[in-house]
Amino acid sequence: MDHMLEVEKNAGTISNAMLPALYRIENVRKDTDDTFTLELVPQGDGDGFTFSPGQFNMLYVFGVGEIPISICGDPARKDLLVHTTRAVGTVTKALRKLKRNDVIGVRGPFGTHWPVEDVTGSDVVIIAGGIGLPPLRPALYSLLAQREKYGKIVLLYGTRSPADILYKNELERWRARFDLEVHITVDRGMEGWHGNVGVVTTLIKKAPFDPDNTVAFVVGPEVMMRYAILELHKRGVESSSIYLSMERNMKCAIGLCGHCQLGNVFVCKDGPVFRYDKMQELFSLREI
Amino acid sequence: MESLEQILAESPFLHALQPEYLKLITGCASNVRFDGGQYLFREGEEAEKFFIIRHGRIGLEIHAPDRGAITIQTLEAGDILGWSWLVPPYQWRFDAKATELVRAIALDGKCLRTKCEEDHNLGYALLKRFAHIIEQRLEATRLQLLDVYGSHA
Repeated sequence: MDHMLEVEKNAGTISNAMLPALYRIENVRKDTDDTFTLELVPQGDGDGFTFSPGQFNMLYVFGVGEIPISICGDPARKDLLVHTTRAVGTVTKALRKLKRNDVIGVRGPFGTHWPVEDVTGSDVVIIAGGIGLPPLRPALYSLLAQREKYGKIVLLYGTRSPADILYKNELERWRARFDLEVHITVDRGMEGWHGNVGVVTTLIKKAPFDPDNTVAFVVGPEVMMRYAILELHKRGVESSSIYLSMERNMKCAIGLCGHCQLGNVFVCKDGPVFRYDKMQELFSLREI
Repeated sequence: MESLEQILAESPFLHALQPEYLKLITGCASNVRFDGGQYLFREGEEAEKFFIIRHGRIGLEIHAPDRGAITIQTLEAGDILGWSWLVPPYQWRFDAKATELVRAIALDGKCLRTKCEEDHNLGYALLKRFAHIIEQRLEATRLQLLDVYGSHA
């Protein structure tokens, strides 16, 4: 099967991987209390930004530092680079304070990508937990752009509370489509919430997909991913049909510095998207 | 129109149950319906039933003095609601509220307990099924407690 092929290595071309390009902030949007989205356009002329779903960029706030952030925009939109992240550290907090027309440095795209092109003909189930939705959104854009090539497409999304749901308007539009199943759940319900309450893994057992012909893309906290994989296995989805995106302390992004080393792989270069059966042993090691 | 026995036979919860036991259980079953906003049961009330949900969504709630009703879990078509009928003192521990129109099969817990006492094989078959559900709910609850999406995650 096509999707049994190895995840391809970074397909993009990086002219100088260590030199940030200048990008201007076109728009800053507050998504939730602690997450925000930056829309970036290149400074000066250029051919636009080409990336594959699942890849990440290194964003550089001058004078503060650089961090890896997944690209979460539409791969078909080369004119606009979109990043959603949560303000939790020094650099992300500095990023959140930036305003329209401020300039930051961007290196990328880096890393492996979701095998969207290799899984045609299959059902695709996308399982996102919390801030795990942004790295999956480009995959969903790509799948929907060629909707006729895939079987069922199912998005299962879990967050902490209704207030933490990202991309609400877009989720509503997706939910209105007849060719996409969207199921959302929150860990903690609150007044006015009439949707599901419970962890995202509880949605897997009833999700409408054919386990024998399904590929799963999973992103979220590692504990959530572990239990999501268990539920996928219970449904009969094979490890070789499960892909997940790992997060580690990426610094150079090109496999030189070793900060993101996970056993014998560098997450920045060999990941962040891994086929589960290829890294199953590393995933369960407590020491790393 | 499907008979209650047929509906129960198609329920994943009772999958592969011996036909004679299915007949016995059908004797304790009835069709029920609840409008959105209606409570199926309230915390502290006698737990005399459990439900196989066929349609709609139910919120399990706990009431806290300063926070009002807190939904801790929702259940939908195909899910089983209630196991307090199995365990003394047979009292509901939470409120169960239909958040929309709910259709379900209600199974009389007292009736089932009597039948299970008379035939322990039936009791074992049912308990195995409930143990599986309890295990799933416990695992989900533990994950909820971890608060995996918190800023420390």
